[in-house]
Amino acid sequence: MNFSELFKLSGLLGRFSPDGKCLASCVQHRLLVRDASSLQILHLYTCVDQIQYLEWSSDSLFILCAMYKRGIVQVWSLEQPDWHCKIDEGSAGLVASCWSPDGRHILNTTEFHLRITVWSLCTKSVSYIKYPKACQQGVAFTKDGRYMAVAERRDCKDFISIFVCRSWQLLRHFDTETQDLFGIEWAPNGCVLAVWDTCLEYKVLLYSLDGRLLSSYRAYEWPLGIKSIAWSPSSQFLAIGSFDEKVRILNHVTWKKITELEHAATIASKQTIVYKEVEKSPTVGTERLSFPPTRELASSLFSTQSKYDISQVPVSLQYIKPVADRANPKVGVGMLAFSADNCFLATKNDNIPNAVWIWDIRKLKLAVVLEQLCSIQCFQWDPCQPRLAVCTGSSRVYLWSPAGCVVVQVPGEGVFQIISLSWHSSGDSMLLLSKDNFCVCYLEREE
Amino acid sequence: MGDWRTITVPVLSSDSQNTFLYTSERKTSPTSMSSQVLRLSLPSSKNMHSFFSAFCTEENIEQSISYIDRELTTLGFPSIYAESKGKELNLVSMVNCMNELLVLQHKNLRAQEEIEIQHLKLGSDMDHLQNCYAKLKEQLELSKREIVGLQEKDRQLQSKNRNLHQLLKNEKDEVQKLQNIISSRATQYNHDMKRKEREYNKLKERLHQLVMNKKDKKLAMEVLNYVGRADGKRGAWRTDKTEARNEEEMYKILLSDYEQRQKQLLLENTELKKVLQQMKKDIISLLPPQKQKPKERPEDGLVLSDQEEDIGELNKENMWELSCETVREQLTNSIRKQWRMLKNHVEKLDNQVSRGHSGALNEKDVISREDHELETEKLELEIQQCKEMIRTQQQLLQQQLTCDDDTTLLLQDCYLLEERERLQEEWRLFREQKKNFEKERKSFTEAAIRLGLERKAFEEDRGAWLKHQFLSMTADCKSEKMTTPSAFLRSSDPDIRLMRSTSRQRRPPSVLSPTVSPEPCQISQYITQNSVASEKPAADNKPNLWVESDDKEETEECTKSWEDSGLGTLCRNLHMEQLP
Repeated sequence: MNFSELFKLSGLLGRFSPDGKCLASCVQHRLLVRDASSLQILHLYTCVDQIQYLEWSSDSLFILCAMYKRGIVQVWSLEQPDWHCKIDEGSAGLVASCWSPDGRHILNTTEFHLRITVWSLCTKSVSYIKYPKACQQGVAFTKDGRYMAVAERRDCKDFISIFVCRSWQLLRHFDTETQDLFGIEWAPNGCVLAVWDTCLEYKVLLYSLDGRLLSSYRAYEWPLGIKSIAWSPSSQFLAIGSFDEKVRILNHVTWKKITELEHAATIASKQTIVYKEVEKSPTVGTERLSFPPTRELASSLFSTQSKYDISQVPVSLQYIKPVADRANPKVGVGMLAFSADNCFLATKNDNIPNAVWIWDIRKLKLAVVLEQLCSIQCFQWDPCQPRLAVCTGSSRVYLWSPAGCVVVQVPGEGVFQIISLSWHSSGDSMLLLSKDNFCVCYLEREE
Repeated sequence: MGDWRTITVPVLSSDSQNTFLYTSERKTSPTSMSSQVLRLSLPSSKNMHSFFSAFCTEENIEQSISYIDRELTTLGFPSIYAESKGKELNLVSMVNCMNELLVLQHKNLRAQEEIEIQHLKLGSDMDHLQNCYAKLKEQLELSKREIVGLQEKDRQLQSKNRNLHQLLKNEKDEVQKLQNIISSRATQYNHDMKRKEREYNKLKERLHQLVMNKKDKKLAMEVLNYVGRADGKRGAWRTDKTEARNEEEMYKILLSDYEQRQKQLLLENTELKKVLQQMKKDIISLLPPQKQKPKERPEDGLVLSDQEEDIGELNKENMWELSCETVREQLTNSIRKQWRMLKNHVEKLDNQVSRGHSGALNEKDVISREDHELETEKLELEIQQCKEMIRTQQQLLQQQLTCDDDTTLLLQDCYLLEERERLQEEWRLFREQKKNFEKERKSFTEAAIRLGLERKAFEEDRGAWLKHQFLSMTADCKSEKMTTPSAFLRSSDPDIRLMRSTSRQRRPPSVLSPTVSPEPCQISQYITQNSVASEKPAADNKPNLWVESDDKEETEECTKSWEDSGLGTLCRNLHMEQLP
């Protein structure tokens, strides 16, 4: 495993291009595009203000930089470095911006969710979508980029509009049986739309592309409901993480619950492997000690190292008792993701913040628990194989695969607290992001 | 007290007093009453004596006699007067009366004693019962108190329970109230939310209008030049046609998705059908043929045969492809039936097992064991053959290798080395043996020396003893002088004879082995036996004859034991060992 040097970064804005050739990163108001393998700077663009959002177009030809404070979006072309485009939302303001799947349209959400403006880079045309719902996940594109679903709110009722992305024509418009719609998500096959209600009510609705209600699922009534949702890449399963510390998995045939995955604080099953990260003090040979100590040695002395130990079940994990009388309590399953081959599901229970739970979907059983020293910041599956990368805000990257797991210390001086990571589309490298720096981690391909 | 007073027989009063004293003393409960009795009894007895002496005097003897006679007659005794003479006393009858009276008195006394004892018993019983009664009374009191306590407790609990019930009711009411409040609040909240949202929407609308109508100069897109579409096509006009096309496309996508799903399901179905078919086949094959047409269940057999016919008619594969309802029903029915049969069969087997048909089981077991043994034998034979084969192969290989010039030398060297090593190993073993033997030899020689010394001492003793014996014999019985020398047969001196005998005995082992080392052992044997033998003549009258015969036997025995025990071979070994 190799690591690049640390590069400067602001606002966690570092992205691999979808084709995997380039790497875009922002430092204040500058946008740097590097070669993904050599990390040489290919282009340097300067925006009018500090960049707050960055997105590659699907064909990797354009990069969108949003400056929400100014209400401006700037677009840069990789093919023609002198080509430029600046979209000003004016007094309406800007809170979100994104590419349409074709990479030729930009969707800007104005302040107060007044409207969504669709700007075309091909023609001068501008379209508006009125009454978008102010919610966590109000716009969703199908994976093939044909359709867009938008959550709307009119007359205190939730609606969903499905647009054909090619012409931005409205295909379907229907109301949903939700109290206060919270999010929408297309199944990867683009035929089923999952709609879930606000956390006050546990409710998932499944709509077909043509607007038919396929099914609705409700696990319980009164307590706080859904916290997160994830489709399996095969569209076979819908995993629903909720505030009751459980994940429920629905199947795609009957849309009934297959199983309930409980996140108990004690793991007693013999079939579960619990990897516990333990600190080990660095051992320095006395002959290596010199006065004054070299900087490298000093840093190695002060940075603690860690490794994984296999704990003997039963294991009790560190459990944080949530404060019940606060809004958005830190409890329940807040993060979940399926591996690319559908075989594993990684979850995080927010009141056991140091553990990642990896479930074997073929057996519907808990396979592995990774217990870290710090709380989990982010985890992501390798897009090509069942391999999970985890970061915990330390300078270490944790990798798990069915073969085992490793702790990798990012070399270098200074503090490098990784709080986010993203895989290269080939699965050969990883982008590790801290607040001010980033580096690329190259993994050797297994032969 | 009354009882006591009735004792008016003065003769035995002291005696009765004694008994009374005794009983009164025995009375375990020394009540004040009994002591009173004692005190009263003593003066009364004295009074009686005085009364007794006063009853009959010289003057009133006649009267007293007549009085007694009267009394006696009233009591049913014969008169003490002679009938004929009127006033003359009949002495015989008087004595008889006396005797009877005495007997009566004795009887009465005994009865009284019994009664006393009974009385005592009853008294103690009474006491016991009284105690019991007191205790029970106490218990009763206690229980009564307890009952009262419990009743009180019960009452308290009941009141508590009532209170709790009341509390529960209150709480329930509270909950109901709170629920009502919550629901009312929720509706209020929802209502407010809606109102707010409406307001918000209005504001939004207003803002939108304002933002849009302001002719916002800023709202613009500066672009150097428009880029082509990703798909290279030009944007199409929005028409009904495109809308229709969109619809069409959407349905196409949905259809394809469904088709795909159907295909998957079909695949799964066929797989499952295959499994089902396989299972069915297995079940049919598993069920023994006689189970398929049992006489007690003709229906199943019929259905099954029908099924089989059907299957035959339908040409199995086709049947599986046909997934119409009738076939499905048939299929499920047949499977169900077969499954039931299988279940019955299995249950029956289970029953059989549980009933314990051990005989059959054992038989099976035996057969299997035999099979097992046969198999093992076979395998062993095979192993032997394989070993043989390997050996021959090795030999062949060696031969082949010896043909090879280059390797032969090396191999020979190898073999020589191996041989040398083997020899060295043997040599080492040999040496070890030698060492052991030498050690043994040393111990033997030591023992021999020791024994030689002992023998010398012993022989000296013996000689002295024999001499003494001889001398005493010659001194004691001179008449036997003629016979004793003849008893010695060949030797005139016992010492000489003994020496001779020992030398004779020494011969056979020396013939057997010329070495000196085993000798002491033999000698010691001899000596021990000889000493036993030599003590015998001391007891017997004809000692010398005995000694002679014993010696002969012993020498034979000695050689025999010498050969029987491993010593012979040992000495031979020793001999061999001494050679190098």
